[in-house]
Amino acid sequence: MAAPAGQPSLRVRSLRKAYRDVIAVDGVDLEVWSGECFGLLGPNGAGKTTTIEICEGLLEPDSGTVELFGLTWARHGAELRQRLGVQLQDTQLSEKLTVGETVRLFRSFYRRGPSVEEVIRMVQLEEKRKARVGALSGGQKQRLAMACALVGDPDLLFLDEPTTGLDPQARRQLWELIGRLKREGRTVILTTHYMEEAERLCDRVAIIDRGRIIALGAPGELIGLLGAGHVVEFAVDSGREAPPPAVLEAIEGVVAVRALDSSYQLQVSELHRAVPALLAEFGRRGLAVTELRTHSASLEDVFVALTGRHLRDE
Amino acid sequence: MSDLLVSAPADRRSVLRLLRPSLVQLTLVRFREFWREPEAVFWVFVFPILLAAGLGIAFESRPAERLRIAAADGALAEMLAAEPSLAVEVMTPAAAEQALRRGRILLYATADGAGRLRLRYDDGIAEARTAHLLAARAAQRAAGAPEPVAVAEEAVREPGSRYIDFLIPGLLGLNLMGSGMWGIGFAIVDARRKKLLKRLLASPMSRTEYLLSFLLSRLVLLLVEVFALLGFGAWVFGVPVRGALWELLLVCVLASLAFTSLGLLIASRARTIEAASGLMNFVMLPMWVFSGVFFSSERFPDAMQPLIRLLPLTAVNEALRRNILEGAPLASLGPQTAIIGAWLVISFLTALRLFRWR
Repeated sequence: MAAPAGQPSLRVRSLRKAYRDVIAVDGVDLEVWSGECFGLLGPNGAGKTTTIEICEGLLEPDSGTVELFGLTWARHGAELRQRLGVQLQDTQLSEKLTVGETVRLFRSFYRRGPSVEEVIRMVQLEEKRKARVGALSGGQKQRLAMACALVGDPDLLFLDEPTTGLDPQARRQLWELIGRLKREGRTVILTTHYMEEAERLCDRVAIIDRGRIIALGAPGELIGLLGAGHVVEFAVDSGREAPPPAVLEAIEGVVAVRALDSSYQLQVSELHRAVPALLAEFGRRGLAVTELRTHSASLEDVFVALTGRHLRDE
Repeated sequence: MSDLLVSAPADRRSVLRLLRPSLVQLTLVRFREFWREPEAVFWVFVFPILLAAGLGIAFESRPAERLRIAAADGALAEMLAAEPSLAVEVMTPAAAEQALRRGRILLYATADGAGRLRLRYDDGIAEARTAHLLAARAAQRAAGAPEPVAVAEEAVREPGSRYIDFLIPGLLGLNLMGSGMWGIGFAIVDARRKKLLKRLLASPMSRTEYLLSFLLSRLVLLLVEVFALLGFGAWVFGVPVRGALWELLLVCVLASLAFTSLGLLIASRARTIEAASGLMNFVMLPMWVFSGVFFSSERFPDAMQPLIRLLPLTAVNEALRRNILEGAPLASLGPQTAIIGAWLVISFLTALRLFRWR
């Protein structure tokens, strides 16, 4: 990825924004480099959308600065609009227009950019060119929104929750599209509350919670900070005492122990040693394990480790 | 902007080149959204014509209808029936009382013992007063009363003074109001609700062009509306257009811009279609009633007249009628155009101050 040299595409300094009594963004600093795919990852209401909309020049921050390509909204608004591609959360494009007409409308706002046909091909909606927007599926609508963001051949692309509410297949299609854009060397900033999406697409992520950035780095780096490549989650019969944390921590390969609402989570470096030892410990105590899950450590676990909460409390 | 003016004179599309592609696209979107909404097309084009047709037929000028009255006995009935404008039947007092209440007859005539003719009628009903005069005249004539003045009658039933002639300009005004206000109001509130306005704001679209696209599409649809309604009136009912056509169009354009500004004002903050509809109806309904669409606004009490005259639709209807029916020149419509212009300027400036893109 582009080395942090020269000027960043986006530089945000001590951004703050409050709505009445809620502090949405509480001192955010960010730098995004050219050619990078940068993710803002966090639960709903963490301040991702507020942050990104301030960067897009749609909201005024209470304090702090935003520079894009060294330019500011106050002085270079018109130029910045030409250079940015924006996809907002839940915009409904006019249902009465066709795909082609919608793209043509957005294309007419930009001084340069690919032709309408090219953009439609980029998002693979050729067959739907003459279809009304109202007749598109969720995934197709989202790809059309991407097309409208791409018509100006943007230097920087903002995608706010591009796959929220889509079915798994539509989500994968959109991931492929964003992957292609990345390979073309475009700079992309996206927000998501799907850690899988962030891990798959982003070169770097900022984990954001309650308006603050609580971790920043490449997904691999952040997961590496856990010091454990695996996570074991288990629950015991309700009413029975699980082994005390000290006992669990003493098990070979266990790096950290965390009690969640109804289960326990162990961060484990050597799964093949820790799991048999854990089961043996249960056996000694005569405990029945009601749930036992293991997975490779993910950004979700990073979030849990940092906040004690799951990314999605649903 | 200089590049906009570069165009080959021979190019037939040179006029379009003066328009920026974005403005052309935005305006095309307005047309597409309109044509693809069958209900909008119905209300703007079909409804006024249906209304004109229905009311035109209902109130078609016929040889004056005979007024229905009743008399207490056959002799009296025969005497009154000498008046050709009266249709007389014989009724008992009880039946007549009921028929009067139900409006089936306008007047009940009885003769009392003293040779006096008694006429029972509701003097609040204009037709009943007419029936009273006719009945009284028939009685006097039957008694051989002299008529010192010879009266020659001349019935006027020519185009330009019938109800349909009054109605067509009123419907045109009503239509200019409805389509002007709904056209922009609904589209903007809908776009705001769907966060489409916000999305457009995030693009380099010019906000002026966005608003301009509403005016351009309105002006084109306006031509269709005006010619459809006036053409229908002229073709089916022979309603004349006596004023200069271009002056009439000028009045329509001014009216349309004023109502579009009013629509913009109403749409400047509303976030839901329901809120906007409520406001629209709140503003438009009084004008349906007071502004002289279906009947003359002068029927309302004098105390209300200054207020009624200030309503934009009253001024529009007055100006349209003066042009269409009286052939009045634009220069003589100063007060009306001033009122319409004031609504245009005040609503537009207020809308600009209040308008929220998000």
